This record gives sequence, C-alpha cells and structure tokens, in this order.
Amino acid sequence: MKLMLHVAPGIVRKPIVSSVILETKALINIERAKVDAVSGEIVVDVDLDKCVEVKRAFEERGVRVVLLENPIIKDDDECVHCGACISICPTGTFRFEGSEVVADAGRCVQCASCITACPQRALRLVLK
Amino acid sequence: MSEINERIRDGSVRVVTAEEMPELVDELGTQGAVREVDVVTTGTFGAMCSSGLFLNTGHSDPPIKISKAWLNNVEAYGGVAAVDLFLGATQPSEDRGDEYGGAHVMEDLVSGRDVELRAQGVVTDCYPRSELETTLRLDDFNQAIMVNPRNAYQRYAAAANSTERTLHTYMGTLLPRYGNVSYSGAGALSPIPNDPDFEYIGVGTRIFLCGGQGQIIGPGTQHLPQNGFATLMVKGDLKEMSSEFLRGATFQDYGPSLYVGLGVPIPVLNERIAEKTAVRDREIVTEIVDYGVPRRARPTVRRVNYEELYSGVVDIDGAEVKTSALSSRHVARKVASALGDSIRRGEFLLSEAVEPLSGVGRNNPVRQTKEFLLVGDVMSSEVVTVREEINIKEAARMIVGGTFDHLPVVSADEKLIGMVTAWDISKAVASDKTSHISEMMTRKVFIASPDEPLELAARKLHHHKISALPVVDKDHRVIGMLTSDHLSRLYGRRRRSK
Repeated sequence: MKLMLHVAPGIVRKPIVSSVILETKALINIERAKVDAVSGEIVVDVDLDKCVEVKRAFEERGVRVVLLENPIIKDDDECVHCGACISICPTGTFRFEGSEVVADAGRCVQCASCITACPQRALRLVLK
Repeated sequence: MSEINERIRDGSVRVVTAEEMPELVDELGTQGAVREVDVVTTGTFGAMCSSGLFLNTGHSDPPIKISKAWLNNVEAYGGVAAVDLFLGATQPSEDRGDEYGGAHVMEDLVSGRDVELRAQGVVTDCYPRSELETTLRLDDFNQAIMVNPRNAYQRYAAAANSTERTLHTYMGTLLPRYGNVSYSGAGALSPIPNDPDFEYIGVGTRIFLCGGQGQIIGPGTQHLPQNGFATLMVKGDLKEMSSEFLRGATFQDYGPSLYVGLGVPIPVLNERIAEKTAVRDREIVTEIVDYGVPRRARPTVRRVNYEELYSGVVDIDGAEVKTSALSSRHVARKVASALGDSIRRGEFLLSEAVEPLSGVGRNNPVRQTKEFLLVGDVMSSEVVTVREEINIKEAARMIVGGTFDHLPVVSADEKLIGMVTAWDISKAVASDKTSHISEMMTRKVFIASPDEPLELAARKLHHHKISALPVVDKDHRVIGMLTSDHLSRLYGRRRRSK
C-alpha cells in the first residue's frame, strides 16, 4: 500500500522516515520525495500488514498521512488507448490489455509525468 | 471492380481487415485469397498535424468581407473570399494557448457544441460591415469541408532522446538518456503499406475519414514514396464525421494537433494485391531517430520494425527501452472494422481512381537565402585558456586582465577538460578552502561547435542558465568562446539597423 506523507514545516529537517523504520521495523520503500526548505511530500510503499502501524507512527510525529488507494483517474471517454502514458511512467502503472490501455492505480506514486504526456488530457491525479 | 461493387450492393461481399489477411494468404495462397476475399480494410488513428477545415459561414446582413476571424479564440485564415475560412488543426487559441486549438474547435463542432465566431472585415462598397460576432453550430455552416494536406504517412520514424534533459516534442515526452521510445503509425493496418505501389490507391479513391466518407484528392505534401514515406491529401465532409474518430489533442510544450481516423478499402483484384495486403508488422521497418539533436537531419539510433515497437520493449545499445505509441492501435482497428461494416451494409462503394498517385515525390529542405548566423560567425576567437596546475591567484589575474569571466581549462594536448568562472574563484577565496584550479573547476562543461546555428547555442545558454559556452573543434580543442554578451550585442545591432 502506498502512503502519501505531507511533512509540515518544523519537522521536515528531522529523520522522520528513519525513526519510523526503527520503531516499526517495517520495510519502507521511498518511491518519490520532494523536499524543500520548509516542507516535504513523500510517497512510501509499505506491506499491507504493517500499513496501519506505520501510518500511526508517522502521524505521532506530526506527519499528515493519506492512503493512496486511487491516486490517479483515467477518463475512459477521453482515452483513445494510444499508450503515451506507458513508457514514461516510472512505476509501470499503465499497460496494454489487448489493444486497450488499463491502469493499475495501486502502483501510482503521483509523480504527474503522465498528466502532461497524455495528448487527450484524459488523466487526473486525485490530490488529498 | 464493378463485380465487387455489385456484391457490395447485393450484400454478398466478403471483407476482412488487413490484420486478418496474412494468415488467410498463408492458408489459402494468393490465388485462394483472390477467390475468397473481395476487400481488405485498413485503418489508422493518430496525430496528423497537417489537417484543417474549410468553413463557409454564409453571408451576414449587412454583408462582411472577413479578413480576420477567430473560432473560440482560435484564429482561422480569413484571406479566402468573403466568408470562407480555413481553420488549421495546430493553431493554438489566444486565450487557452496549447491546451485548446484548431483541432479542438473541430472536435467541438463534430460533437454538436456551440462555437463563438468573431470576425473583422475590410469595409468596401459591396461589404460595408466591419465586425461580426455570433454563436454557431456545425449545422449553421453552409459547408464544413475537412481538407488535410498530409495524412496517413506510410511509416514514421520513431523518436528517442540521447540528452540529459526530458524533451517535449510532437512525438510526445522523450525521457533523457534513451529512457523511452515513442512511435506512431498503425503498422500493417496502415493504408499505404497495404498498397505501396498504388495499384488501387489514387486520386479520387473513396475512403473512410473520421467516421464519414471522403476522398483521396492527391499525394500529400512531402509525399516521398521512393523512400517509403508516401502521404495522402484527403478531403471529407465534417458534417458526416464522429468524435469517435476525430479528436483534438495537445502535445505538451509543442501545441495542439488532430487525431484523424482514416481507412482505405483495398479490393483484392489480383494476386499481387493479395500478396501486398498480407504485409505483417515485422516487414514494415522504420528508424529510431535521436530528437536530442535539434537539427533537420537527426541521427538514426537504429532500425526497427513495427512488431518490435508493438512488443513494448526495444534494445538500444544493450539496454531494454520501453516503447509506447502516440497513435492508437485500438481505434485503428475500430476504423478498419467500421469501414468493413459499412461495406457489408452496402453503404460504402469502392471507386476507381482518376489517376494513380505519383510514385516519386519531393521533400527537400527549404532554400535559406537570408542571413543565418552560426556560432563561428559570432564567437570570440581570442580566447585565453589555462592549465589545471595554475593557482588561484594566477587565474584571478587572468580574468581581471582578460575580457571574459570564464577560463576554459585545457589538458597538456590542448583539449577542454573544465571551466573556471570568476564566481568559482570568489567562492574559493571566500571559503579559503581550495587553492588549485583542478579542485574548483566545473568538469561537466556545456560546449558549442562553430557550425552550430546561433539560435541553438542561445537556447543552450538559456536552458542551462549559463552565460558562456566554450566553442570546440572536432578534436575538443577550444577555438573560441560564445557568451550571452555576444548575443545581446548582436540583438542591439540588429535593432539599430532596422
């Protein structure tokens, strides 16, 4: 399961991810991180059985955690199944099933590469 | 051919798609295929920038001779008679930029939506009106005729990117260091590869165009069949079309384009045609070219066939690179099957060409007669280089005594190995840490070559937010320096001379 971590000002300089790993002993994979001087946005992937524990551990440290259950929406009226989204996605969210493009939204880390790559503007991030 | 049309009328016609044909020919042989199949349908659905629409608005009261016109703020060419307009698919809108353009106006019209027309006129005795604003739908136009100067490329080069930076092109997003390959075309389902010698395809051939019936009106612009790059010029009535097969699109940081669904039915008149329509994806070969080189002649990375492109992965220099298309195989199949259905229903008759398409075409570069500056024309050739052994004080003295804020650092055999700027020196002095050039110089230096167009070098300065480029020869020896000062001086001089 992927979690979106919104790291607020004041705690962004602290080793939050490391301390959560030490506490929960969960294998946490950082899929995407955008951290600047004042805040950060980190997407991590965690095993389903550790998910609740890890979420609580982050929240105890002041991080706002959002489960990325359905991070991206494909408008099937707009999609023409060209596949432009397939090769530019770093996590392999899109693939052909026959000649149609299908999305495995669970893989999406909301990097937004596909949003501008889609000529039909058929993709939208669900921002929380 | 008249026999085939007879069978279309009486409903006994036998139609297959170009994807089904190879197996049929394998099974029955070409002779058997001629006996068993009347028509092979082809189809393609992809971005075809060279597309447009002639519109006749009808005359207003008092009448206007339109000189400039906008549809939903997308400019249409108004220099054709009084109320004929030509709307180009790639024209961006004035208010929404690339996100909405001529192609989107066409999709809105086909979808039955309102379009705002704004026009300016040239006042004459016969056309006294100077301005017109009105809301129109497709039905309101007298004629809405799609005329596409270049559609249905026989094949198209696939695109990759060798540079360090993501490129946004009309071939889509190209990731750095050959991160992906983007391609276009419907492979063996494409119209022209099924009749590459134009045995049937010609001027006047009736085709499927965006859901309606249209015609091939000639070879397309840049038609180059002798190199395997034939194109078609086509025409059709927008009022018959459907948004299933006509879509406005936007290529990021490039602009709008139109997705056109186009299919040509090919009658299996003889064994030669049967053999040609049995073409497979792996027999259609194209090149992967490097869009990282911003010149007309882009280098070829490798040759590739459509079966490899469709597989989703190709090999470039030993690495597996993901491929994806801009054209839609899914909708191309729908085009071929919709065309087949209308033939079976007796609604689509085949037409004899008035004349075949030319087997030879032309696609030459433009003759450039006006001043076209190269880096070598503008750069300073008196450039002082230093060796990495010198100390910081010597370097500082050279910058103060010289004309540039930049010192190219060269090896013993005069080859460029780095660059030191006045800023690097200041930083080193301020931190009091380094005293040798080799420790403070930038080793990854962006360079220019003397035969590079100045405009491209200027883009390089802009993109990398730098102010100077050392100019090197093919042996990587520094022969000059191009700075942003050169460019601003040049611009100032041009402005004065106007």
